[in-house]
Amino acid sequence: MAILTSSIARKVAMALSGLFLVFFLLQHMVVNLTAVINPETYNSLSHFMGNDGFVQFLLQPILMFGFIFHIVMGIVLEIRNNNARKIKYNTYKGNRNSSWMSRNMIVTGIMILLFLGLHLYDFWFPEINYKYIETNPLDLERYYPHLLDKFADPVRTGIYCLAFIFLMLHLWHGFSSAFQSLGWNNKYSRAIRGFTRFYAVAVPFGFIFIALYLYLIQ
Amino acid sequence: MKLTLKIWRQKNKDSKGEFKVYPIDGIEGDMSFLEMLDILNEQLINNNEEPVHFDHDCREGICGTCSLQINGQPHGPDRLTTTCHLHMRSFSDGDTIVIEPFRATAFPVIRDLVVDRSSFERIQQAGGYVSVNTSGNTIDANAIPVNKHDADESFNSAACIGCGACVAACKNASAMLFTSAKISQYSLLPQGKIEATERVLNMVRQMDEEGFGNCTNTGACEIECPKGITLVNIARMNREYTAASLKKPLSNSWS
Repeated sequence: MAILTSSIARKVAMALSGLFLVFFLLQHMVVNLTAVINPETYNSLSHFMGNDGFVQFLLQPILMFGFIFHIVMGIVLEIRNNNARKIKYNTYKGNRNSSWMSRNMIVTGIMILLFLGLHLYDFWFPEINYKYIETNPLDLERYYPHLLDKFADPVRTGIYCLAFIFLMLHLWHGFSSAFQSLGWNNKYSRAIRGFTRFYAVAVPFGFIFIALYLYLIQ
Repeated sequence: MKLTLKIWRQKNKDSKGEFKVYPIDGIEGDMSFLEMLDILNEQLINNNEEPVHFDHDCREGICGTCSLQINGQPHGPDRLTTTCHLHMRSFSDGDTIVIEPFRATAFPVIRDLVVDRSSFERIQQAGGYVSVNTSGNTIDANAIPVNKHDADESFNSAACIGCGACVAACKNASAMLFTSAKISQYSLLPQGKIEATERVLNMVRQMDEEGFGNCTNTGACEIECPKGITLVNIARMNREYTAASLKKPLSNSWS
């Protein structure tokens, strides 16, 4: 399989999985925003996503695959890239020719991965436990209180906000970089970069706003 | 100008190298960086010491032989400049200059500041050419129409001198700027289109086999390139590679 061996195929795969996750983020933020606007909508959307067969057994596995692929491939690429220069420079002025974000995708990526662990522990595992292990009865009203409960903790709210900053740094380079990887570098590139950078700031800020809002109303 | 040079010394490919410090005096701003090293070497020879080995040839900025990582930047602090064209006026009296060889697994150090860049040659040999029969049937260059924009773009890509500064600058030691320039100079011209599919697949395969890293689009290479080769070339190579990977299995070729 070319995807496992060729550098460009890996790059393209990284870009495609990245774009998919970028789109997922927007969807996630829009759903979260309903918790600010109308808790009832948030409850019914959460119920739909947790119980609809199409979402549960088709979209969720695709999402998981997207995440795992992007993470594993990112680590594989990082290892290969480290091996490409075994003896490091004594003096290296990276900031003279590239941004911190572009050089530290693995750092911001691992921070997001750690956050993802906490995030699954907070929301995914309790949900799986509730539905499949304890097999509790359906309760359409339980999602919003669970959310409020999690964001009552200032430490957790702080960690979430910090993770969104790392997400912002990751997206700042990653989103526009995906277009270059797919071969899109032309007269539209400036506009694309502008849009991707707006997105890279706006979406994480949306998440930060929601987290802080939920903390402050309690 | 009085300077302190911190230079990487390494006896041969297998020995362990180290930095050595050399003070040097009487350097003029009008001298090139390589002339400054020549003066250092004269002093070393007069003192019965081994001179510092470094690559150089034309000293006109067109052969791609000179290299050197100077104070953490390939070809030194100036933009669009090779080491041989770098003037000592870019430094100040009393400066300490760190001089290292280009570092990459695919560019092993042979001696001191000299690295083996034959991996670039092998990438070229894998497909960086057009197959033409030149035995008495040479066609007039203007017989095939090429539009001005494509001709200029192709020429810009062909300006790559293969010095390896892109690899040296890249945090991943990726050779994608070099390889993409060598692919682009042909892919924009009608003569190059015939072998385009094989060319991009073979050259990228060779590039990977040599142990260069992956491009992560930091853009460091295009900033440090002494010939101004841009990331547009890498995007073009990505497009061509993707198209060729999809096209190859459908073709009639046996290879």
